[in-house]
Amino acid sequence: MALQLRRKTHESIVYIDKDSAPRIMPNGEDFILEDIPVGTRVIYPNPPIKGLPNREAAIRYALNHPLEMEPLYALLEPGMRVTIAMDDISLPLPPMQTPDLRQTMLEIVLDMCAANGVDDIHLIIANSLHRKMTAWEMKRMVGAKIYDEFYPDRYYNHDAEADDELVTLGHTRHNEPLRVNKRAIESDLLIYLNINLVPMDGGHKSVAVGLCDYESLRCHHEPQTIRDSHSYMDPPASELNHKVVRLGKLVDENCKVFHVETALNNKMFSDGYDILTRNEDEFSFMDRMKWEAMKRTFSKMPRGARRKMLHAIPAQYELIGCYAGRTEPVHEKILELNYRQYEIPVKGQCDIMITGIPDISPYNVYSALNPLLVQVMALGYHFNMYRNKPLLRKGGVMIITHPCFDEFDPKFHPSYIEFFHRLLPESRDAFYLREKYEREFASNPAYIEMYRRGNAYHGAHPFFMWYWGENGRQHVGHVIVAGAENAHVPEMLGWERADNLTEAIAMARSYMGRNAEITMLHQPIIGLCSVTD
Amino acid sequence: MGKTATAAAFYDLEGTLVSTNLVHTLAFYAKRQQGVWQTAKKSVETLVKLPFFGVADLYSRNVFNEVFFRSYEGLSHDRLRYFSEELFEEVLKPAIFAGTPELIAQGKKIGQRQVVLTGALDFTIDRLMDHLGIDDYVANRLEFVNGYATGRVLPPVMASATKAKWIREYAERENVNLSESYAYSDSISDLPMLSIVGHPVAVCPDFRLKQTARQHDWAVLDLK
Repeated sequence: MALQLRRKTHESIVYIDKDSAPRIMPNGEDFILEDIPVGTRVIYPNPPIKGLPNREAAIRYALNHPLEMEPLYALLEPGMRVTIAMDDISLPLPPMQTPDLRQTMLEIVLDMCAANGVDDIHLIIANSLHRKMTAWEMKRMVGAKIYDEFYPDRYYNHDAEADDELVTLGHTRHNEPLRVNKRAIESDLLIYLNINLVPMDGGHKSVAVGLCDYESLRCHHEPQTIRDSHSYMDPPASELNHKVVRLGKLVDENCKVFHVETALNNKMFSDGYDILTRNEDEFSFMDRMKWEAMKRTFSKMPRGARRKMLHAIPAQYELIGCYAGRTEPVHEKILELNYRQYEIPVKGQCDIMITGIPDISPYNVYSALNPLLVQVMALGYHFNMYRNKPLLRKGGVMIITHPCFDEFDPKFHPSYIEFFHRLLPESRDAFYLREKYEREFASNPAYIEMYRRGNAYHGAHPFFMWYWGENGRQHVGHVIVAGAENAHVPEMLGWERADNLTEAIAMARSYMGRNAEITMLHQPIIGLCSVTD
Repeated sequence: MGKTATAAAFYDLEGTLVSTNLVHTLAFYAKRQQGVWQTAKKSVETLVKLPFFGVADLYSRNVFNEVFFRSYEGLSHDRLRYFSEELFEEVLKPAIFAGTPELIAQGKKIGQRQVVLTGALDFTIDRLMDHLGIDDYVANRLEFVNGYATGRVLPPVMASATKAKWIREYAERENVNLSESYAYSDSISDLPMLSIVGHPVAVCPDFRLKQTARQHDWAVLDLK
C-alpha cells in the first residue's frame, strides 16, 4: 500500500499499524475479536449528527411549510377520504426505541385531521411483498392509543394478492405495469409517512413499490435492472431508481400524494453497546470491560437466545430532519441529509474487502438470518454501499464472517427453504431462475395463503433476494466465508470457506497477490463509501 | 406422462378445509333420531364412545374407521339423505375455514384440478363439494341392506395409504403430473398422500405432522 494513503484521510478511516488493537467483527449473532493485517484500511461509520431537540416541532413545521404543495391543514376538508400509508418493519434497523417515529408523525397528522373534520381515515402498512407485520409489531409501531382506535378494520397491512383491493393505474412509457392499493389511490388524499435510513428508501419507492402487487414489482425487481444499477444506493446511477421514478409519476397522475419524509442519524446502539461502532484503538478501560462482559455473556448463551437478546435491543436513532410536500423535492432534501450523515470519502478501491455480517437485515427482524439473507447482505447491501465506483476492485475478493448455518424460519421464510434447497443446486443463474421458476413460486397457493393469512414473505421474495445480489455477483471474483460452520451452504451459494479470518486472508492473497490492498468495513455500519481514484 | 399432463390439488377435508370432524356429523344425526327416546339414546351412546374414538384414532385411522362407522348401524338411508341438506347448512357451511375458498380459488387460477379425499360419508358432503367448487371427490360409502345401514363401510376405506393409492390411480387415469401437484392435510395419518406429490402442505397440522413438516421443509399453512 502506498505510504501516502496511510495517513488519516478522514475521521472515519483508520489504517492498521503494528501496534493497533484487534478489531471487533460481527459473526452472525456473535461478535469476534480479530487481528487484522498491518496496512488494512478500516472504515467506520461517521459519528452521529446530533438529533433535533424537539422532533414534534420539526414534524409540525414540515407539515405547515411543505415543499411545492399547500400545507397539510389546507388540504384537509370535512368528509374527505384520507389514507395514511407508512413504511413497514424493515425500517429502521434494528426497530427503534418507542415511541417509534411513525407514532409521533401519526399523532400529529391524526390530530390535524380531527381538527379539520376528517374522520374517514385508514392506516395502511406499505409492506408490498414483505411479510405482514404481526399485531404486536403493529401496536409497538403506532402506540396503544392509535392501535386500539384503528386496528384491525382501519389499520392493516397492504395485501398484494387481494384482487378486489387493488386497482390498475396503467403502464409507464416503458410499458411497466402498475397495480396498487385501491383504498390508497382512490382516497382524496394519500399521506405517506416515511423513514429514510439508506438512500435507496423513500421517494417514489414508498407508494409505487410499497403498495403495489407482484406483477408491478417484477418489472424492476429483476436481474438486468440490478446489473444496470451502480449502485442501487446511489439513485442517479440506479436503473432501479429510474424505473421506480417512472412508476411514481404514474401514481402522481392518479392520486394526490402528500409525502412526509424523515432522515435519521446513525446512532444504532445505546451507550452499553456503542463500542461496536467505535475505533478499538481509542477504547478506554471501561470500554474494554464492556467488551469483555459482552463477550462472556454471549459465549454462555445458545444462538437462539443471543438472537433474541440482540433483537430486543432497540436502536437509538434520532431525527435529524423532516420535510413534507411533493414527493420529488422532499426526497431530494432528505437525500442531502442522508449523504451528510452517511457519506465517507474513500480514495482508491481495494483488492480484498472484509466485511462481517451482523444479524441485522431488513428481512429477518425477529427471525434468523438464513443463507439467502446472508447472501443478500454480502453481495447486495454491503457491496452496494458505494457511490461513484465500487469499493472493491472488479474481480476482487470479498471476505465475510458468518457461521452460514442452514437455518430458515418456516413461518416468515417458507419459500426461501424451497428456493435454497431445490433451485440453487440446479442453477445459480438469476435469469434462468427467473424464467423457469419465479412465476411458479409466485402462484404457489400455499405460499400465497401463508403471505395473506400468516406472516410469510411472498413466494417470489427469495428470487428478489437472489437478484438483489446480482451486480455484486457479477463484480466480485471470489467470496470467502471465514468461520462457516459447514461446507454445503457456502458451496451452494458459490462461495469458498475458510476456518478463520487469517486463513481467509491468506486464500484471498493467493488470488490477489501479496501486495493486495485490504479494506475492512467495520460492521455494523450504515455508511456510504464515496470512492474516487 | 404426456405433454398435456395437468396438476391437481388433493385435499383432505376434516380439519384441513373445514373445522368439523366425523364425530360432528355423527352427533348431528344422533340428535335427529325418530322420537325423543331414540334421540336421547343415540346421543348418549355417541357421547360415551367419544374417548374410545379418540384412542382408536391415535392407534390407527383404519381401526378408527371400522369402529366409528358401526355407530351408523340401523339408520335408514332416507333419513340420512333427508337431513344432509340441513347438515350442510347448520354444521358444515359455518365450519369452512376462512382461507379455504381463497386457497381453492388460487389453485383454480393456476389451472389445478381440485380434488378432495375424505373419510367422511359421501352423502354428507355432496352439497359442500358443490359449494366449494371441487372438481372431483372421493369419500367413504356406507353399506346399506334393505335401506338400512349395516355399519360397515364399502371398500376401499378412504384413509392413510388408501388415499395415496387412489391418488396414484387417479393421476394415471386423468393424466395428472404428481410432481407438479399439491396435497393438503392436517393429520399425520395422511403422510402417504402428502409424500407422493411434489408440493405437500401441512394445514393446521397436529403435533406429529408439524414435526414431520418441519423436518422435511414442507409449507405449514393456517387457514383459520
